[in-house]
Amino acid sequence: MPKMSDAMTEGKVLSWRKRVGDRVARGDVLAEIETDKVNVEIEAESAGTLSEIVVGEGTLAPVGAVIARINGGGGRPAESPSSPPRHEPAPGPSAGPGARASTAAAPAPRADQAAAAPERPAQPTAGAGVTERVKASPLARRLAAERGIDLSRVTGTGPGGRIVERDIEALAAGAPAAPARPAAAAPAGAEYEDVELSRMRQAIARSVAQSHQTIPHFYVTSEVEMRRALDLRTQLKEAYGDAAGALSINDLIVKAAALALRARPDLNATLVSPETVRRFRRVHLGIMVAVPDGLVVPVLRDADRLPLLTLATEARRLIDGARERRLRQDDFSGATFSISNLGMYDVTMFSAIINGPQAGILAVGRIQERPVVRDGAIVARPMMALTVSVDHRVTDGVGAAAFLAEVKRLLEHPVLLLGTSAANA
Amino acid sequence: MPDLTYRDALKSTLVEEMDRDPRVLLMGEDIGVYGGTFLVTEGLLARYGPKRVIDTPISEAGFIGCGIGMAMLGLRPVIEVMTWNFSLIAADQIIQNAAKIRYFSGGQAGVPMVIRGPNGAGVQLSAQHSQALEALYGYFPGLYVAAPATPADARGLLRTAIRASDPVIFLENASLYGLRGEVPDGDYVVPFGRAAVARHGRDVTLVTHGRTLHMTLAAAAHLAADGVECDVIDLRTLRPLDMATVVESVRRTHRAVVIEDQGGLYGVAGEVMAGIYERAFDDLDAPVVRVSGEDVPMPYARTLELLAQPNEAKIVEAVRRTVA
Repeated sequence: MPKMSDAMTEGKVLSWRKRVGDRVARGDVLAEIETDKVNVEIEAESAGTLSEIVVGEGTLAPVGAVIARINGGGGRPAESPSSPPRHEPAPGPSAGPGARASTAAAPAPRADQAAAAPERPAQPTAGAGVTERVKASPLARRLAAERGIDLSRVTGTGPGGRIVERDIEALAAGAPAAPARPAAAAPAGAEYEDVELSRMRQAIARSVAQSHQTIPHFYVTSEVEMRRALDLRTQLKEAYGDAAGALSINDLIVKAAALALRARPDLNATLVSPETVRRFRRVHLGIMVAVPDGLVVPVLRDADRLPLLTLATEARRLIDGARERRLRQDDFSGATFSISNLGMYDVTMFSAIINGPQAGILAVGRIQERPVVRDGAIVARPMMALTVSVDHRVTDGVGAAAFLAEVKRLLEHPVLLLGTSAANA
Repeated sequence: MPDLTYRDALKSTLVEEMDRDPRVLLMGEDIGVYGGTFLVTEGLLARYGPKRVIDTPISEAGFIGCGIGMAMLGLRPVIEVMTWNFSLIAADQIIQNAAKIRYFSGGQAGVPMVIRGPNGAGVQLSAQHSQALEALYGYFPGLYVAAPATPADARGLLRTAIRASDPVIFLENASLYGLRGEVPDGDYVVPFGRAAVARHGRDVTLVTHGRTLHMTLAAAAHLAADGVECDVIDLRTLRPLDMATVVESVRRTHRAVVIEDQGGLYGVAGEVMAGIYERAFDDLDAPVVRVSGEDVPMPYARTLELLAQPNEAKIVEAVRRTVA
């Protein structure tokens, strides 16, 4: 199981594109893998014959686990991509007949081995540094493996939430697990429903809890008049036609935030130790994108340097790609600051949880015609609330206010967004 | 099948074996004139005379060493220790000589000797007279270790011990001598290395030996009333250790609790647990739990002595944790 991001601890095999016995050329797509964030195709790193599929479809495996074996013609059996050797499975039936064949003439598989070899799911628990381990009794693990049940989807009813035999039996029988035998019968008609979180939502849950518990957040809100920004978008669309088709108000906000971060690098930063803040010289903005079962954050690289229309095209690629789950892992890594826009959901303003270890996130509300006072008169203007959440260890209220003031200045003088130079130039 | 006490089962078996085989003789402190501290040999001096029922001085190293010599030269001594604690004086003879003669002699000589007597606690004899030594003697190859828990096994295992060609550590218990039970007549033999299933159940395997069998059975009866059915295994001999029966049971129940009189650190229960983990790991649905004596010198005060030992309530609690 290749490691496709620093945070990845396990992945699920969605589908195998090759079957046992198929010839495999280097670079052939072997399987599609689902991680917390993205679905990716993995390719063969060497040529040979796919001799064994160790991890069946729909099954989780820890990073580094062997998920299949490629028997190079006459050579050593090849490991699956990026497999460190430490996750060699225990000898036994799972080491299929082809797996150990070190010569071209592999012995004919014995019936018992052949029956036992394929699709033995790896236990999703082994990797070093894995933060959460699925607690399951050995028996439950064995039964789950025999039946192809993914333990991470089973709710344990044993002591401390341990998955025990009855949980597997209940799942196999299509019923929720019964409590321990001596316990009293539950009243009919449950008063609630327990819904298992999707893997993505579980990952989000871990990450937001970690961020909110460890980063001292504070929030600063400012209102921006968006009249000129809306005008600019209209003008660009008129001037460029289809070439500006992708341009959205969000792109202007992203661009403004990126330029403001270049001007205020104290927020484009991360705390690397209690004594040290690392200020990034490049601005990579994470764009929060809602997807059906959660939230993903593709990264717009060098957002401060991209010409506006290029930025718009790239943002569209990232957002559409994220929704369709076809981005590369690279598209999700390296953000230095994030933006979350709920304006399209008719949200006036909100505050966001920082996407740690970044130091800040900008929460964007809707644009709304509101009465404001201009030159002593009450007039209607399109207004938008921006709230920045900031790691107080990195900067303070004045720093956050200065950043917001710069975003506001840029959006209210959007001609500044057309250049790629520093906004205060 | 007569109903006998554990004591009478032992005595009648000694009589039958002495009648059957003139090489069998008894030796020990106060076993003749006094009839034995726990009256196991009462009346046998009169029946067999001083050449076959030998009262010894208080000198365990001497008379056990003497027994080794007798056994090597063809006799079959059955030696009583007043308690197994006193065997420690003769530990060198038992461990260094009796257990190793067959090995050292390349099989030319053996030591067909039984050492028997009360082992463990339960009758308020304080720290020096209450120790359970099965783990100690179970440690040494060359010895057999038997621990009958019932009158029937007292007969069957003692007969096997007397007929064995190698030294047998035969562990009785003072609290069991008065226990009554049916004892098969005739040439009843219980082979070594074969555990007994004392109660059948599907939910959890309880493994024990010796006097704790009875509190384990009481706990099992208690638990059955709550719907938890225990498979209760009496190991009967600790060397050889019948792990096959234990593992077969655990493969059915998926849970185990191991109960021993004392032990704890480095005890019999730990050994049984290790065997379960080695051979039935993938069948376990819960961690194996042990119930052992407390890790203290056995107190004399009755209340403290009871606290330091396993009991029915501790076993019930352990089983409940296991089936949770």
